[in-house]
Amino acid sequence: MDNDRSFSFYILAAFFCLFVLFLYGPTLTIAVLSFQGPSGGLTFPMNGVSLHWFKNLFEQQAVGDIWGSFRRSLALGLIVMFVTIVVSVMGGLAFRNRFRGSSIVFYLVITSLIIPSILISLGVGILFNVLDWDVHWSTSGLGSQLTWTLPFGLLIMFAVFNRFDSRYEEAARDLGATNIQVLKYVVLPLIAPSLIGVGLFGFTLSYDEFARTLLTAGSYNTLPLEIYGMTTSVTTPVLYALGTLTTVFSFFMIAVFIGLFLWLKGRRKNSAIVDTLEKI
Amino acid sequence: MSDWKQTCTNWMQVSPLLFILGFFLVLPIFAIVAVSFWASTEYSYHPAFILDNYQYLFTSKVTYNVYFKTLMFTAITWAITLVIGFTVAYFLAFHVRSLHMQITLFLVCTIPFWTSNIIRMISWIPFLGRNGIANNTLVNAGLIDQPLEWLLFSEFAVVLAFVHLFTLFMIVPIFNTMMRIDHTLIAAARDAGANGMQILTNIIIPLSTPGIMIGSIFVVTLVMGDFITVRFMSGGQSASVGRMISNEIGLLQYPAASASAVVLLFTVLIMISIMLRFVDIRKEL
Repeated sequence: MDNDRSFSFYILAAFFCLFVLFLYGPTLTIAVLSFQGPSGGLTFPMNGVSLHWFKNLFEQQAVGDIWGSFRRSLALGLIVMFVTIVVSVMGGLAFRNRFRGSSIVFYLVITSLIIPSILISLGVGILFNVLDWDVHWSTSGLGSQLTWTLPFGLLIMFAVFNRFDSRYEEAARDLGATNIQVLKYVVLPLIAPSLIGVGLFGFTLSYDEFARTLLTAGSYNTLPLEIYGMTTSVTTPVLYALGTLTTVFSFFMIAVFIGLFLWLKGRRKNSAIVDTLEKI
Repeated sequence: MSDWKQTCTNWMQVSPLLFILGFFLVLPIFAIVAVSFWASTEYSYHPAFILDNYQYLFTSKVTYNVYFKTLMFTAITWAITLVIGFTVAYFLAFHVRSLHMQITLFLVCTIPFWTSNIIRMISWIPFLGRNGIANNTLVNAGLIDQPLEWLLFSEFAVVLAFVHLFTLFMIVPIFNTMMRIDHTLIAAARDAGANGMQILTNIIIPLSTPGIMIGSIFVVTLVMGDFITVRFMSGGQSASVGRMISNEIGLLQYPAASASAVVLLFTVLIMISIMLRFVDIRKEL
């Protein structure tokens, strides 16, 4: 671009930096404050530097069950991730054709995405109550979270299949591959990196989900519910230590997913290069 | 494959999806609608067909006040997230030159979406508190004598948290549509003598409208239905429709909560249907 735009470029770049600071600043602040000395409070100044509040997390808790809720959230996140991937891929495959009734399914997915979360919480709670079933994080909690993660998974799959080059499949069919073989050896390997993306949404959105799980988790809390409970009773930096730890965990998981994604993409690119070289 | 067989296969492929959404989305909505006509005592509720819940809702002055406040939160948050989201997306799509850099910076904007909202709310405490960074800075700079009381646990804090949490929902769809704008259009406009402002208002904004609308739908529905941000960031002092429902749930007044939820759903649906007039959502995917 030409020179007369460079001025607006710097203004916009400064704006962008401020936005990123706004986005990450508070999180970094509590990360620093979680290293407060034992007599430190919820705000600056730091009264010394210590690991006191992190140690506190690993000791017997006066309130709640942090590690139990972490294990539940982790398990639930993995289940949600798995279901989201499988169901989204199947749904994505179906939506490659405009089959009869597909728009009804499509609008159902959109509804699931934009419906106020409290309606899911309330509705599933009432439904289980009327059916006289107990709400539990692994049943009603799981289903409620899926209404949030599946739309994201499906939207990603729609985008993936819209850009999918179906000539690969035709070539495989011409060579005599059956439908199953085409799916297994051609389609799935090609979309594998995107499945990592779907998995990332499935896991992280479940791990952090709050509003839809509130009335549907039953008597055993997930981690976000536990943290929310703590905000009303805990007034020490232990809250920040916990916040910092789970955020670090989230960042770690995001890094794992992005790393896997890049690895799969790179492997695909390399194998394509190898193929081309062999032909030459 | 015959048409009929194809349709069957497709329905089988979406059947797990339909089962989950049928049981955890459609049935719960029906349950809410049904229970909104039920009668309740202090501790329980039972089947009936009465309009009391709605009558109470529509005749109470509180309802209108709460809706007014919620719509106000929505309007302010929408305007701010739109301006920030559009500017950031515009910068990423048209001023960052390499695709690699675009994706990296885009990821920087989206990563907080995959972390906990609750913790992101908590993390405003050291910044906005009475002895927080903002107040100390202002006092030390001599701009104010007393710490400001309205920074944390106020309506200001609610809007700030909304903007913090939801701007991303504007950036992503707007960036997505902007990336599809054909750059030769802009080159052509420049050759024809258009300045930067004219290019922005005549090409980029009109072509980004679908993204703006999708982002707006997200932000509006998230703010309209929110109960947790309002409760936490206002320190329980401010009301919203979502909070009203969650309070009724807390009091085990399920029929009343259901009636409020039905009204909220209709309100949101009306707002969305207006916004959908500007965008063909199926075409955008």
